[in-house]
Amino acid sequence: MEKKLLNLLKSNARLSEEELAVMLDTTVEEVIAARKRLEEKGVIIGYNALIDWEKTEYENVTAYIEVKVTPQRGQGFDKVAERIYQYPQVSACCLMSGGFDLFVVVEGKTMKEVALFVAEKLAPIESVLSTATHFVLKKYKDNGVIFNRVSKDEREAVIL
Amino acid sequence: MTIKQMIKRNILDTPPSGIRKYFDLISEMKDAISLGIGEPDFETPWSIREEGIYSLEKGKTFYTSNAGLMELRIEISNYMKDRFSLSYDPQNQILVTVGGSEAIDVAIRTFAGPGDEVIVPEPSFVAYKGCVQFAGAKPVTIELKASHNFKLQPEQILDAITERTKAIIIGYPNNPTGAIMEYDDYKAIVDVLKDRDIIVISDELYAELTYKGRHVSIAQFPEMKDKTIVINGFSKAFAMTGWRIGYACGHPDAIEQMKKIHQYAIMCSPTTAQFAAIEALRNGRGEVERMVNEYNQRRLFMVNGFRKAGLDCYEPLGAFYVFPDLRSTGLSSDEFCERLLKEEKVLMVPGNAFGACGEGFARATYATSLDNIREALARIKRFVDRIKK
Repeated sequence: MEKKLLNLLKSNARLSEEELAVMLDTTVEEVIAARKRLEEKGVIIGYNALIDWEKTEYENVTAYIEVKVTPQRGQGFDKVAERIYQYPQVSACCLMSGGFDLFVVVEGKTMKEVALFVAEKLAPIESVLSTATHFVLKKYKDNGVIFNRVSKDEREAVIL
Repeated sequence: MTIKQMIKRNILDTPPSGIRKYFDLISEMKDAISLGIGEPDFETPWSIREEGIYSLEKGKTFYTSNAGLMELRIEISNYMKDRFSLSYDPQNQILVTVGGSEAIDVAIRTFAGPGDEVIVPEPSFVAYKGCVQFAGAKPVTIELKASHNFKLQPEQILDAITERTKAIIIGYPNNPTGAIMEYDDYKAIVDVLKDRDIIVISDELYAELTYKGRHVSIAQFPEMKDKTIVINGFSKAFAMTGWRIGYACGHPDAIEQMKKIHQYAIMCSPTTAQFAAIEALRNGRGEVERMVNEYNQRRLFMVNGFRKAGLDCYEPLGAFYVFPDLRSTGLSSDEFCERLLKEEKVLMVPGNAFGACGEGFARATYATSLDNIREALARIKRFVDRIKK
């Protein structure tokens, strides 16, 4: 039940507890309890709206940044990661296998703002060896949702 | 003589489907919600579509053998074995057809003609009766009851059998009721049919869309295997309606003769669809499960919604239809559906379109988005509240 609940919430976090109970063939109390459990355990960390900023008048840029760092004795990468992810500009930060160490997603209003953040905050951190910044030019799909797809029912009347 | 007078009697006498007029009405409406279209709202999974495209790029644009690509028949044979414990030899027991519809038509034409009777339980898929009539045979209907959860009852079959009976068409999971037949339900039916010379045409297109246990086929009973033509396809399970691809499995002698009609009428089913279908059977399982899971959640949502709207609704356990009982409103199926469409812009199909005994019911499909279902149910509740006041 927990897994099904998580999958449902992932696809649509706005379903009411009553609706969730019906769709999972269980009681509202069960759903409330399960959700509370998952929230308290930190499994469900938050509920976000998926926004296509392109369609708004607000400026918004996203950069994916590859960061190479020197791990610190006794703390590995965690310490330096912490120094990076505390910044509110950083929306995601992961430790990676492969050619670089940390993958950092930074959001800002303009490319200049993001570039300045990298130059003034990220790059100067002591154990950061190098950064490579890639700006997102166009988002086709995010969180399993395809952007700019007109969802129109094109099924024609058929007799069956 | 006019052209119309030159047309065969049994064609003229077969009425067009009663669903049509509602579709004409809704096509002119804004913000209308259709719960009327009997096909998946999912697009064909991408890997399947891509395999179709790839086959075109490679120039696979020729006819295939009449029975279908051997590679596909082998996959179908494996699938029938794995999913339904039914074994059919890909050499001579499987015929790939243009959708399940062609398989139904060909099976009927192979076994029944003028002077013969074919038992058609109703409510059921609108094409059964028509195909029997086009073949020149006489459909003998059985009225399935809500009180039996729309399951076929052995006494009903016994009552319908005459010395002219050549075949019976069984369609579970059922369109329009969403009913399924479980193993024990079939046992009593098998007792009636096993020693009689009656062919069972078993339409199992919705087999994958079973929400309680695993789909049961009457062909799983050893004494019925040779006498049953199992019809299945890709439209419902793999969301491949427009590709037009299905298949029939049965005794080699039956398939051989069915193949004759198939080859003279249409040669072979679409080549592109056959290549796509191979991919569906090889790698489509995950997508099938994803879709079935989503249908199931919408099913529960919709049944709950109808009940909350004050309509009796037995629980459908298959296909993607809900068949609520409208009788508490005092309206006929046609009145209910017509007024619902005009007053609240929601399309449901009156139950009597699937046979006279569907009167008092209507079919709604949950093969549409949850948002549509939620809004449609709110409108239906408003409508029923108004009627009952």
